[in-house]
Amino acid sequence: MSNQVALTGNEAIANAMRQINPDVVAAYPITPQTEIVQIFSQFVADGEVDTDFVTVESEHSAMSASVGASASGARAMTATAANGLALMWEILYIAASTRLPIVMPVVNRALSGPINIHCDHSDSMGARDSGWIQLYAENAQEAYDNTIQAFKIGEHEDVKLPVMVNMDGFIISHAVENFNILADEDVQEFIGEYNPEHTLLDAENPITVGPIDLQDYYFEHKRQQSEAVKHAKKVVAEVAEEYNELTGRGFSYFEEYKLDDAEVGIVALGSTTGTAKAAVDNLRDEGIKAGLLKLRLYRPFPAEEITEALSNLKVLAVLDRAETFSDTGGPVFADIRSALYNADSEIEAVNYIYGLGGRDTQVDEIEAVYKDLQDILESGEVEERVQYLGVRE
Amino acid sequence: MEELAGRPKSLTEQEFHYCPGCTHGIVHRLVAEVIDELDIQEQTIGIAPVGCAVLAYDYFDLDMLEAAHGRPPAVATGIKRVHPDKVVFTYQGDGDYASIGTAESVHAASRGERITTVFINNAIYGMTGGQMAPTTLEGQKATTAPRGRDTKEAGFPLQMSEMLATLEGAVYVARVSVDTPQRIKQAKEAIKKAFKVQLKGLGYALVEVLSTCPTNWGLSPQQALDWLEDNMIPYYPLGELKSVGEVE
Ligand SMILES: Cc1ncc(C[n+]2csc(CCOP(=O)(O)OP(=O)(O)O)c2C)c(N)n1
Ligand code: SF4
Repeated sequence: MSNQVALTGNEAIANAMRQINPDVVAAYPITPQTEIVQIFSQFVADGEVDTDFVTVESEHSAMSASVGASASGARAMTATAANGLALMWEILYIAASTRLPIVMPVVNRALSGPINIHCDHSDSMGARDSGWIQLYAENAQEAYDNTIQAFKIGEHEDVKLPVMVNMDGFIISHAVENFNILADEDVQEFIGEYNPEHTLLDAENPITVGPIDLQDYYFEHKRQQSEAVKHAKKVVAEVAEEYNELTGRGFSYFEEYKLDDAEVGIVALGSTTGTAKAAVDNLRDEGIKAGLLKLRLYRPFPAEEITEALSNLKVLAVLDRAETFSDTGGPVFADIRSALYNADSEIEAVNYIYGLGGRDTQVDEIEAVYKDLQDILESGEVEERVQYLGVRE
Repeated sequence: MEELAGRPKSLTEQEFHYCPGCTHGIVHRLVAEVIDELDIQEQTIGIAPVGCAVLAYDYFDLDMLEAAHGRPPAVATGIKRVHPDKVVFTYQGDGDYASIGTAESVHAASRGERITTVFINNAIYGMTGGQMAPTTLEGQKATTAPRGRDTKEAGFPLQMSEMLATLEGAVYVARVSVDTPQRIKQAKEAIKKAFKVQLKGLGYALVEVLSTCPTNWGLSPQQALDWLEDNMIPYYPLGELKSVGEVE
């Protein structure tokens, strides 16, 4: 059973957390995540969840407390954004390498400096190599759906990895949308009970968590972590399929929008993909064969599936809402180009960095990107590989 | 004719963005007056926090640096080590100073850094919308404690000044309030001493200022002042916790 409700993205995630009923939530407030923990603390106060809610003194402690709780066999969650995520850095890697299936909504916000509270992906993109699974959402519905699926992915016996559920700050977190919310019991049934293989104080099977690991085994453990990430790809698809059976919604790795016969295409993730769909529709009306690939799963990176889906394109633009400061474009661009290289693809690929620090990106700007792609298609020439969209030069 | 009142030189013309009845503005003014009276405007560097006072750099007519949330004492340490002859102060809320930045606060004091901290204790995280702070009083409501702070779950309010006063490196520690004209005068005296301690190179100086946040306390400005007096002062007693004779 499901219900249509009108809620903000933050309310959607807080309600997903209520339905999950995690054992421990430890969090520190940061805009634009604050509402998630505030609403959730109301659920705690009203006895709607059994969660032990800890108002820790920093994000570093929030992630550390999540590690402690998860290592003790609990379902642990926290939520953060931007500098809060950056402050967790040390523990992000420890959570992943300790193979603890913590779930964390990240309400994407520009990372300081300069200090800024608005949306971009510089926070989560910086954490892309931390070993966390990363899911992205176009809207509140997807953010909600991803949150519900996260524990089932992370806790799978072949995976055992933490999951970051990303949602664009303000654009999704603070905007009210209609979406479908599952019945509480359906969520409980879907995520099932958590029976971790190893926990602290399992008296029959004593363990140590996180011991020192030098030249002897560190490498093997890292290798296992890579293997788990590989498994995660399969499990993400399985869980998505199961969720689709329950709700009729969703896709495993990405959504293809008018991509089949497209000649010019965009790859993007987050809320801007909604804007891009509007641009695609307008251009289709003009007879331009435009298409879009909206990424849901960014870590692990479904390279082969993406290049397969893009194989009919002639020219591609990757939109990145983050800089890598590598002088070779944004993070998604780097991944896509290397995937295209592996696939011996002849697609001409260019990159646009857009929307940093909450700079609005409008339909006409995305249409202009498609028009640039048309020019490349006609001339066969790329003047600038990496461009900045909507910036004052 | 002698001008008896007016805008301190060390404040810019910029209007404060603080909510009606918020005492951040009063404390800004006191700090600026002290800097004027000690005639140190040209040698003072301020560190702005992340919190409602994030825009302090727009208000103080001084060289200012905006630090990450909780890090002002560490940043101030770096500045002071390069400019030992200059005056360096941090202006921080309780989230900044007593929560996320506690380690920096304790260790700057422990090292006896010759810097001054003005610490605004309003018992709440103001800027982010009234969540529980370590300084939130028992039973006090916050957006993350809708039924009030429950000490069984959240522990007891942190008395930073008492804690830091135990450190050798913290040579001047005072708690003041700005809820009445008389206490505002006393607050100014304490802030002045805390700057003098630095000018004499004696060690770390801290002034904790009990402050109001009518917006997030859900009170009118007047009610907020009363609430501060009735609830905060009993738990956070006023006065000098530690002083040194040489500044007198
Ligand atoms: C690493 C990090 N975590 C969280 C935040 C969000 N944040 C900004 S200000 C603030 C608390 C402000 O409270 P306080 O220091 O008491 O100052 P006030 O606003 O009450 O003056 C928080 C949690 C941040 N900026 N950086
Ligand atoms: S939110 Fe509170 S602390 Fe911040 S300006 Fe308003 S009254 Fe002052």
